[in-house]
Amino acid sequence: MADTAATSIASAAPSTTSDAAQGLDTTPLSPTRLAVKRYLHHKGAVVALVVLSAMILFVVFAPLTARYGVNEAVFPISEGPNQWLSPRSIAWFGTDAIGRDLYSRLIYGLRVSIFIGVAAAVMGTVLGVAIGALAGMRGGLVDDVLMRVTDIFLAFPFLVTLLVVRSFIGSLGFLEPIVGEPTSIRFVIFLFVSFGWMGVARLMRGQVLALKEREFVEASRALGASNTRIVIKHLVPNSVGPILVALTFAVSGSIVGEATLGFFGFGPQPGAGQTSLGNLVGDARSELLPGYWWLVLFPCVLLVLVTLCVNFIGDGLRDATDPKLDMGGN
Amino acid sequence: MLRFVLRRLFWAVPMTIVVTFLVYVALRMGTDPLASYLRVNQRASEKKIQQYIETNGLYEGFGGYLRGYVQWLGGFITGDWPRSIKGSREVWPEFKDSMMNTLRLGITSTVIGITIGLGIGIFVALKPGSLRDSTTNTFAFIAVSTPPYVSALILQLVFAVYWTRWGFGDKPLLPTSGVYPPGHQGFDLGLMIKHMVLPVTVVVIQVIAVYARYMRASLLEVLNSEYMRTARSKGISERRVLVRHALRNALIPIVTVAAIDVGAILGGLIITENIFGYPGLGKFFLDAYGEGDFPVLMPWMFFFTVVVILFNLLADVSYAWLDPRIRLG
Repeated sequence: MADTAATSIASAAPSTTSDAAQGLDTTPLSPTRLAVKRYLHHKGAVVALVVLSAMILFVVFAPLTARYGVNEAVFPISEGPNQWLSPRSIAWFGTDAIGRDLYSRLIYGLRVSIFIGVAAAVMGTVLGVAIGALAGMRGGLVDDVLMRVTDIFLAFPFLVTLLVVRSFIGSLGFLEPIVGEPTSIRFVIFLFVSFGWMGVARLMRGQVLALKEREFVEASRALGASNTRIVIKHLVPNSVGPILVALTFAVSGSIVGEATLGFFGFGPQPGAGQTSLGNLVGDARSELLPGYWWLVLFPCVLLVLVTLCVNFIGDGLRDATDPKLDMGGN
Repeated sequence: MLRFVLRRLFWAVPMTIVVTFLVYVALRMGTDPLASYLRVNQRASEKKIQQYIETNGLYEGFGGYLRGYVQWLGGFITGDWPRSIKGSREVWPEFKDSMMNTLRLGITSTVIGITIGLGIGIFVALKPGSLRDSTTNTFAFIAVSTPPYVSALILQLVFAVYWTRWGFGDKPLLPTSGVYPPGHQGFDLGLMIKHMVLPVTVVVIQVIAVYARYMRASLLEVLNSEYMRTARSKGISERRVLVRHALRNALIPIVTVAAIDVGAILGGLIITENIFGYPGLGKFFLDAYGEGDFPVLMPWMFFFTVVVILFNLLADVSYAWLDPRIRLG
């Protein structure tokens, strides 16, 4: 996928005869290999990838890795008080107000949060690419209006936009069969998609404007290609680097967004048998003053860790796909 | 220049109206003020309901929304604001107090944060790739990835809850909520500052991280440019090169970013205020949102829209003013 994005680097890579005369290795790396090499150069991103992969494995195999069920008490209350146990061997991260194992709940919560993050980011990015390409190709009034609206939307505080749009979508009765109840996971995903496309649209528009006058687009047009074909065959593949980076940051943005909503009590109520990072961080608030530190610390640390990993990966991808960066030789 | 500013100002007015109309529609549909009114006044008579609809312009249909908006805007401008649904309070006095509290918190933390952030940015940009550069970069990355409520919870845990348990003192080192302790009367600067330490810290962490990264990137770009080599080749001292040429040029994009970023800083403030029970605009908004109190929310949104549009305008103007390479169209 990243091939075309990095083509320009590859062609600019030293393969001239003077190098060969000096006995230097001149075999050019393929663009993908070059991108991989550049990615591996970013140590933080490599560590983040390993940590995140481990987390994803944990989360995918949640029934195996979690020690208890999501709503299961570590032992029945009849055998003694099981609530607010500090970390110990039967509950590594302690238990919550009704005796459930925090460690297991974190795994199940992360599962929901990552799902929301990835689903919202992918849909938002696809929508954003489509709208941005449209604005960039068409230009004129469509472009002006679209970009002005996104400017304002993006300038508003995130939480305010989130809440206003949330109640607005919730009030549109005809949307309910599609988006579900305001407290469902599906609704939260749609909420993030509904303005997650804006940043990507602006980025894609910029890419289209920069690329559409280039010779290869002109050549394609001369061969009779339609706008749609040009966008899909040439513009999108050539912008795959920045899009991928934006997608990564959208994932961490959505995970934090879900946690923010959950923290203020407007998040998804995933129903019996599930929880999310937002719910867990939100619960931490009431456990703070009594001093149940494990209920505050572990959810917070996990949230920061996930966000950090995803952001580092995004940073690494930017290094890997940005042809302007010179990492010192190939 | 003046013409450019005037033209942008001229465009800002219709834009404000269009955006606030959209906000009006979204908010009215979202919060449904009539339903909120009926929830509070359950035994309101048919006549009373009709009267409420008319005084607040809660007409139905697209034309109704337009008429309602015009009526609302007229009342807003002439200072005749509709009263809140819950408790039928005046909105302006509360709004004014909240705004003052937020301005105090916001300005303090922005000034501290930007100063430290720019300083750190300059410090690391002078030695790119060094140990201090990579360490600072990592820390900035962690800070950017930490939502304000997480740092707020951790700070509260350490300074308020566990301070006494670990035996550092009998009382929590810093208070965790409000502007004054409950029941306090009158003005006390010392107490006020003490209550602001934790919320300011939370916001400052974010601001520092963001601006250190901006400044580093911006200064590095300038330092690698050709005119820096020209300046050096003229034989002026390194210090003078840095101050007169590099810093001045590096600050240009920062000013623009700072003006646009005002929304992000306010966003951080909303969350922070809410956690620390600080009676500012953020708490004002979230409380009203929780109640679905449309007459309270709408002035807030109007105010914010104006601020956002004005600062966007300021960004454009300052950019054109600071950078002579920009031609005004």
